[in-house]
Amino acid sequence: MSEAISVLAGANTEGFCRVSELGLHGMITVRGDLSNADLAKALCAVAGVDALPEVRKMVGGLEGGIAWMSPDELMVFVPYAQVVDKVDELNSTLAGSHFLAVNVSDARAVFGIDGAGAREVIAKVAPVDMSPEAFTTGDLRRTRIAQVAAAFWMAGDDSFRLICFRSVGDYAFKLLSVSAAKGGEVGYF
Amino acid sequence: MLTLQCPYCGVMAEETELSAGGEAHLKRFGPGSSDADFETYMFMRENPKGVHFERWRHANGCGKWFHAARCTVTLEVFGTYTAQTSVPPAELLETIRAARPGFKWREFE
Ligand SMILES: [Zn+2]
Repeated sequence: MSEAISVLAGANTEGFCRVSELGLHGMITVRGDLSNADLAKALCAVAGVDALPEVRKMVGGLEGGIAWMSPDELMVFVPYAQVVDKVDELNSTLAGSHFLAVNVSDARAVFGIDGAGAREVIAKVAPVDMSPEAFTTGDLRRTRIAQVAAAFWMAGDDSFRLICFRSVGDYAFKLLSVSAAKGGEVGYF
Repeated sequence: MLTLQCPYCGVMAEETELSAGGEAHLKRFGPGSSDADFETYMFMRENPKGVHFERWRHANGCGKWFHAARCTVTLEVFGTYTAQTSVPPAELLETIRAARPGFKWREFE
């Protein structure tokens, strides 16, 4: 068995904010009828959360959480070492119902943006209102950062988590690093 | 900059989150149709100076297709609505009639 490694093996950079590649995380893309109670129950059990996220929200965190992706799609986060078992668990619990669960852990990259001004780092590269009134803890957006698709959520004060395709992980890291570079503070928020 | 509200996720999405999908409410004429019907389906499009109905996709977002009604001259947006319909909603047509009395787009007026 080869050793799994994340896209940038934990690279990080210190600007006015810290931008870090956060290593391997279990991620399961789920498609289905999100109003179905059996589906919701199974997903909550796998992720260890109480309820599915509302529209454009994140519940829980990278070690156990669910992110809203679209009206019929969620991203379920579990520890990387457990992801294969968790997909099996979903498939057996929900056998016979109309849904899809796919392990996409190795096709995604995860980044953290932490520190005062973290909002600015994202605001500079995404077409999203990142003001403290508009975007608060638990809020999530699936959008783009500069030229690539990404989703990010606010994990806490001055702390954001961002996921994108692994194939553009290097681009995303460099983009966020430049956006967070010292001297680039805007101080708008 | 064009801003459309995605009817599925509620985001006020600006143009760079969207991709344009051309004219709305086309009826497909496929295999077995007459040459004239197929030609019309394939090539003939409205090109209005004013009210227009279009398909858009929230590509850098929830990924869903939806419909939008807007003015090609002023870029005023009259509204967006679900993709699961073959006609614009009655309330939206009412809104457009109020803003652009006498407008006509295909069979809608
Ligand atoms: Zn949307």
